[in-house]
Amino acid sequence: MIPGVDGFMYPNEVELQWGLLIVLYPYITGLVAGAFILASLERVFKVEAVRPTYRLALLTALAFLLVAPLPLQLHLGHPERSIEMYLTPHRSSAMAMFGFVYLWYLMAVLLLEIWLEYRADIVHLAQTTGGWKRLAYKALTLGSMNVSPAARRIDDKVGFAVTVIGIPSAFLLHGYVGFIFGSVKANPWWSTPLMPVVFLFSAMASGIAGVLLLYMAAMKLKKMPIDMPCVDTIAKYLFYTFVIDFSLEMLDLVHRTYEAGESFRSLDFMVHTRLWASHVILQICLCTLAPLALLASTQLFRFSEAKRRGLYLASCLLVMIGIFAMRWNVVIGGQLFSKSFLGYTSFKVQFAAREGLLTAVALMILPFVIFVILVKLLPPWPEPEPPA
Amino acid sequence: MDLSRRDLFAAGGKLLILASVGATFEQITGAAPPSEAYNMADHWWGMLVDIDKCIGCGNCVRACSRENQVPKGYFRTWVERYQVGEDQQPQVDSPDGAIDGFPPNTRAGVKSFFVPKLCNQCKDSPCVQVCPVGATYVSPDGVVLVDKNYCLGCRYCIQACPYGCRYLHPDTNTADKCTLCYHRLAQGLTTACCEACPTGARQLVDFKNPRDPVHEFLRRNKVQVLKPYMATGAKVYYKDLDGSVR
Repeated sequence: MIPGVDGFMYPNEVELQWGLLIVLYPYITGLVAGAFILASLERVFKVEAVRPTYRLALLTALAFLLVAPLPLQLHLGHPERSIEMYLTPHRSSAMAMFGFVYLWYLMAVLLLEIWLEYRADIVHLAQTTGGWKRLAYKALTLGSMNVSPAARRIDDKVGFAVTVIGIPSAFLLHGYVGFIFGSVKANPWWSTPLMPVVFLFSAMASGIAGVLLLYMAAMKLKKMPIDMPCVDTIAKYLFYTFVIDFSLEMLDLVHRTYEAGESFRSLDFMVHTRLWASHVILQICLCTLAPLALLASTQLFRFSEAKRRGLYLASCLLVMIGIFAMRWNVVIGGQLFSKSFLGYTSFKVQFAAREGLLTAVALMILPFVIFVILVKLLPPWPEPEPPA
Repeated sequence: MDLSRRDLFAAGGKLLILASVGATFEQITGAAPPSEAYNMADHWWGMLVDIDKCIGCGNCVRACSRENQVPKGYFRTWVERYQVGEDQQPQVDSPDGAIDGFPPNTRAGVKSFFVPKLCNQCKDSPCVQVCPVGATYVSPDGVVLVDKNYCLGCRYCIQACPYGCRYLHPDTNTADKCTLCYHRLAQGLTTACCEACPTGARQLVDFKNPRDPVHEFLRRNKVQVLKPYMATGAKVYYKDLDGSVR
């Protein structure tokens, strides 16, 4: 009898191959995609109410995007060979495309859009600051100092085009992550064409919730008033997105239950035992149904601003936890049952290991550190003039 | 030539012994060893497993482990014992991959049989498909191999294998699996597991060799591959495979 194993596992299956860091990978890329799509609401779809979060959303996306490859890199048995994915990609592999999708999104979409959006500010800062800051901002201008109205109009047009390209790119980035799992035919818990779509909508929900939380926290820290029409609008979009996400997940569940294929009995048992707490209690009940109810209540009833802020805060926190639980249940859940459908293994997170809890916490803190640096470097809000 | 009856019997006996030794060698090695330099394009390797012949002794697992220095707790091959009752719900065990064989049966009144498992050397292998750098590949002679000097250790191939045949080698941090003892094949030898099997339950076969007994075997017997619905082009054929086997 092997500890932690019930029934029969193929002998090489007892040990899980993808752990906590691979849970973080889709979570972080999801936040990137979600934040960018929120930014595009203002830029492309002209939802003016969310304007106060536009720059914040872009910086959030960048901060998380810079960290996104790290969990993968740390997970690899030979991280020093990861460059081979660029040099000799295996074209039939879904995973081989990660580097290219990532670089495309980082260089061609996000950095370009941020640069175009901030170019006038950067030029201004290069002219008004001193010391190393001046040098840094000068470098960031890339030698383009023309901020005439005509030049700004061009910036705006190009920025619009980049965002238009950026939306499918964001869909590609995260839909692709879903495809990495959804295309593994050996694993019935993962193998569904719905996986990329579910990943995408859950990414949008987590990204929108993440930006909303950051916005409220930033306003609190800077002692600036929260723009209520802005947060009301974002909360509305969060609600719609989350409804779609939940509907898709339920569609998948209902489909599996109704079909009751070969793997159903095994997966059903797993959900009712090993995944009961993280899937049914945490993900579905606490972190999906509860925030949906809270968000629905803000659409149905009139609450004071303070109450709405509290409800949004609670909803966003729950959504963030719920989407993390979803990633956990997909990645870890997909490895807890045997491909023989005859047994189950278990997973314990190590604390101070390369792929342990400590590393995961550090990787989740890192984007926020980068975010703070980015906000200092490229303020998303007009800075108050210093007193004379 | 003046040949007495005694000489005739003596010569016949010698011939018989020689033929038996030859046949036994043929049976042990599956295909006849190549006489010339090994040419990959001339072979297409696979394996036949006769479930009724397997006695669950674990010789194959031990031989594989020794031959390939398989790390403890990981398996390039293993043997499963199925105990299946009328309900067709199997109870399966494989204590430590059956490296020390099996304890006595625990259930009475059920059919019981052993199923040796190994990499199925799939032609359309999902593990090869998903490898992001092509470190795992099908050799021209039909063996799925891993280049451990190229493998990233991402473990996508381990997830993609429907049969649980791969693991991450704890020393090299790269994917590892059955190579059909490729180092032996190239020398005209059979695999360590086939050589160690006392009943001939495992037979290395070369589908490109017209003299290989596999052709006759496939014509005369009902065979099946594991999880045929996975459409992996598996090349390990099982004779009389029970429907309960996963």
